[in-house]
Amino acid sequence: MNETKIMRKKKRALVDQSLCVACGCCAKVCPLGAIEIWKGITARVSGRCVGCGKCAAECPASVITIREVENL
Amino acid sequence: MKREKKKWYDYLWVLSLTYLILGFFNILFAWLGLLCFFIPLIISVLSGTKAYCNRYCGRGQLFSLLGGRFGLSRRRDVPKWMKGRAFRYGFLIFFLVMFLQMLWNTWLVFAGVSTLRQAVTLLWTFRLPWHWACHGTPVHPGVVQFAFGFYSVMLTSTVLGLITMVLFKPRSWCVYCPMGTMTQMICRVKVKGE
Repeated sequence: MNETKIMRKKKRALVDQSLCVACGCCAKVCPLGAIEIWKGITARVSGRCVGCGKCAAECPASVITIREVENL
Repeated sequence: MKREKKKWYDYLWVLSLTYLILGFFNILFAWLGLLCFFIPLIISVLSGTKAYCNRYCGRGQLFSLLGGRFGLSRRRDVPKWMKGRAFRYGFLIFFLVMFLQMLWNTWLVFAGVSTLRQAVTLLWTFRLPWHWACHGTPVHPGVVQFAFGFYSVMLTSTVLGLITMVLFKPRSWCVYCPMGTMTQMICRVKVKGE
């Protein structure tokens, strides 16, 4: 039987780590705890992210964007 | 979705606001501001994190409250140059130079070369008379001069933060906050050294 692969698009937050100031505003507003500050240097997004955009709206440096990522 | 319960450190903005108010009544309270200077540095040196910015910064919380809940922010993106490293590190250097100049002025009063100036310098330029907050306490004039200088630093950074809060996002100050830049730098050095 042939397995049918369905391409689904999922939204996810992407951080421009070169410009992130690691203030933690994003982590504070994330309802899923999907974003954290890594070693005081930059924000990192985990697989739990659903791309709701709260972090992007809150980020004072506006370095978070919500992008569609392809998911099998 | 369940709203997370507020913790004690979510109310530290009260302390930041109280600090600014106290400076209007007795300038010697300005010395307490050193806590905002040393605690972030100690945390970043010891734990290699920006926990102070992330959790305990009362000033950031105050901007969040005013710009967010009270709607005093236009919520626009900060200009690109403001988040670049050149500006952030440049501002840090400028801030430190101004801080050293303040320390030098304090030293001159301690050494008896200058007399106490009962004024708060706003935005490193405007000298505001502040004599009502000086009550002739039995401390050395140098101690009082440092208080005036440090309060000037704190008030200047608050005013700058408020301006950028209104123009851009509530916590735009965090983008170029010298303490934030310094603690991030410490964290970077710590990670490189691992």
